[in-house]
Amino acid sequence: MPCLAAEITSAVASAYTIRTPLNITGAGTKSFLGQQATNNQPLDVTGHTGIVEYDPAELVMVARAGTSLSEIENVLNENGQMLGFEPPFADAGATLGGAVAAGLAGPRRAYAGAVRDFVLGSTFINGKGEPVTAGGKVMKNVAGFDLFRPMARSMGTLGVMLKIALRLLPLPEVEKTLLHEETDELAALRKMNHWPVETQAISAASWDGANIRIRLSGSASGIEHARSVIGGDYITGTNYWQDLNNFRLDFFQQAGRLWRIGLAPMSESFGPESRQLVDWGGAQRWLKSDEPAVSIRTRASQLGGHADCFSQDPGVATFHPLEGNVLAVNKRLKTALDPAGILNPGRLHPEF
Amino acid sequence: MSRTKPATDPLIAQLRTLLPASCIVADPVSMKPYECDGLSAYRQIPRVVVLPETVEQVQAVMKTCQQTGTPIVPRGAGTSLSGGAMPHKNGVVLSLARLNSILQIDEDNRTARVQAGVRNLQISEAVQHLGLYYAPDPSSQIACTIGGNVAENAGGVHCLKYGLTVHNILQVKMVNLDGELISIGSTALDSPGYDLLALLMGSEGMLGIVVEVLVRLLPRPKVARVLMAAYDDIEKAGNAVASVIAAGVIPGGFEMMDKAAIQASEDFVRAGYPTDATAILLCELDGTEDDVVAQVEKVEKLLASSGAVDIRLASDEQQRVRFWSGRKNAFPAMGRISPDYYCMDGTIPRKELGNVLTCISGLSDKYGLRVANVFHAGDGNLHPLILYDANQPDEFEKAEAFGAEILDLCVAVGGTITGEHGVGVEKIDRMCVQFDQASLSQFLAVRKAFDPDGLLNPDKAVPTLARCAEFNAMHVHHGQLAHPELERF
Repeated sequence: MPCLAAEITSAVASAYTIRTPLNITGAGTKSFLGQQATNNQPLDVTGHTGIVEYDPAELVMVARAGTSLSEIENVLNENGQMLGFEPPFADAGATLGGAVAAGLAGPRRAYAGAVRDFVLGSTFINGKGEPVTAGGKVMKNVAGFDLFRPMARSMGTLGVMLKIALRLLPLPEVEKTLLHEETDELAALRKMNHWPVETQAISAASWDGANIRIRLSGSASGIEHARSVIGGDYITGTNYWQDLNNFRLDFFQQAGRLWRIGLAPMSESFGPESRQLVDWGGAQRWLKSDEPAVSIRTRASQLGGHADCFSQDPGVATFHPLEGNVLAVNKRLKTALDPAGILNPGRLHPEF
Repeated sequence: MSRTKPATDPLIAQLRTLLPASCIVADPVSMKPYECDGLSAYRQIPRVVVLPETVEQVQAVMKTCQQTGTPIVPRGAGTSLSGGAMPHKNGVVLSLARLNSILQIDEDNRTARVQAGVRNLQISEAVQHLGLYYAPDPSSQIACTIGGNVAENAGGVHCLKYGLTVHNILQVKMVNLDGELISIGSTALDSPGYDLLALLMGSEGMLGIVVEVLVRLLPRPKVARVLMAAYDDIEKAGNAVASVIAAGVIPGGFEMMDKAAIQASEDFVRAGYPTDATAILLCELDGTEDDVVAQVEKVEKLLASSGAVDIRLASDEQQRVRFWSGRKNAFPAMGRISPDYYCMDGTIPRKELGNVLTCISGLSDKYGLRVANVFHAGDGNLHPLILYDANQPDEFEKAEAFGAEILDLCVAVGGTITGEHGVGVEKIDRMCVQFDQASLSQFLAVRKAFDPDGLLNPDKAVPTLARCAEFNAMHVHHGQLAHPELERF
């Protein structure tokens, strides 16, 4: 297993020379996402570890891609800071590189930003085995094309990340969750999207068919104010948001394929017949359904959104298909970074 | 030959078949206002200016330019400070100013769909009655367009807390060189495929022409309070910024001004700044009443323990506006004490502030030019204003050389040559300092993927390798590149 940047670089360079497709692997906690060809040569990057730079007063950390999230989160926690994108699977050993490449963001997404919103820069190996640096380690930086934010959600198909600079968030002074009874979906969506007008304290909002759960983060007085606006009771003694983020709630154990639907938050009900769990204040809707993939995807498209299938099923592509000139532009970007198509080919989309 | 006469130019004749006469400006006198943007030292009269009124017209212009191999320089309001909208002598200036409709406001989802030529502030004004606003607020927001904001990934004083343009846009419709309309992003928070939206932000018009943008709107904070703290030592002020942020407070705005900037602003607008201070900080805290009260108390303590000689909380809205007016008028204030000023835009890690300001002061002596510093202290974005007189021989060249050394310094301490103004023509050689050859080659490959013939805003933002080779040959000192020890980040 290569540890050093130079070893990883030369592994990619040789693969490029002999046109050998690579499967870039981290801890494998998200191996269920995307189609992986079994006969590709594995490139394990979990040996490339370590926090390179961290000064809490800068609100920035630079770490190597193989560093485990748990190591990073422990160090941040000691310094009263956190990863604003709340990546899942830290307990299972997930790495920073994998977290960025998969781009899965937790319940804070609609309020604090996506994974890419916290990436300030990256050094990565492109598909020709060349080390490329895009962005940097400062908050504001518009020099050069933004090739670092697109690393998020690229599933490793644009480059093998070596180093990632992240913007951090302070840990909130207080964090509490309110339970608010609501059985009507449209009423729940409306409430979740109108409360924040009154407060900046909401850091998560979900609805499970019976209850809205609202997480409040901030100063004690700010949270009390938010509660006075929202109403409801505090719940204690659960790890609801961690369980939601790590697919551990009972909802996820039900039968049927698991779909992640991305929509504008106030979009109409996606499917009253399907079992669903609404997160991100309505912008992310988890669905358990045996409906044919095509009908779910058509409905998502009609609502201006998309549908990703989180259950492994050889007959169903994980990610919502691309079409027309958007597919063409995606292919062009892929070719510009990985001209021989050796980096995780097909993992994100079957066409590239 | 620099330019064909408009009457006989076949390109212009062809454009006349596509656009109404009122949408074409081809005589040199009328084209004069388009010869430069906010970086007025760089000027060029273009071959022709077009001002399409519909997306279809933009598509037709793009197709024609592609077929005829004509360079295209897109232009919003022309407020760029890096020469991003400087015309190409053989090219078309494609102004988006007339695509200026707000198409839809979605109160439920808190978004606004607007055309590229809509002004930044116009969006906030249009949704004010809903208690909403569009957060990124570059200081040119009264004039600059959202299309230009996308091209430059514009920031502003509130981006530490509320993000840059890239964090506040959901969807962009752009026209590519083939004249195709491409929709990137969606009404959802993310979209399938690569994050092309991020790639497009700050791409300085080199990947396509933005014609429509879907922006996120935020609830306007109920309460905003501003604290002003004065320091007798710039290092102490820098440490105060670090201590506030390390304590977990993210202010809505967090600005610093040095002595020269304080004095010029005070003379100009009487903001109430202590003119004997070496530096002042303005720290704005916003949110709900309870939250802001708690934060003000916390920050006040931190500022006091960091050695502030004077701390004042704006007692009312009027004083808050007055405190800000000094900062917001810092640039024109310089115009009163110097015939010309040159505004730089580097970002540095905050901890390097004292070090960098000391070096800038040394450079000021070396070049014999005064400098004033205003600083988005919260996010490390430094705006040194170099004062010079363009009527003195060589002074602009000296100011440019001074500025270039400041940018090299920003790179040397782990920062960047541009935080929010873009590379444009101004800083293109500095790109050779910040990025190595492999990274620049990668940028060029991406550019080529979108624009094989290099027609979109040519000779800007990303230098060719040949240009960097020439630049580096001129900047080798004692057989070494400047700061060869640097790992670039």
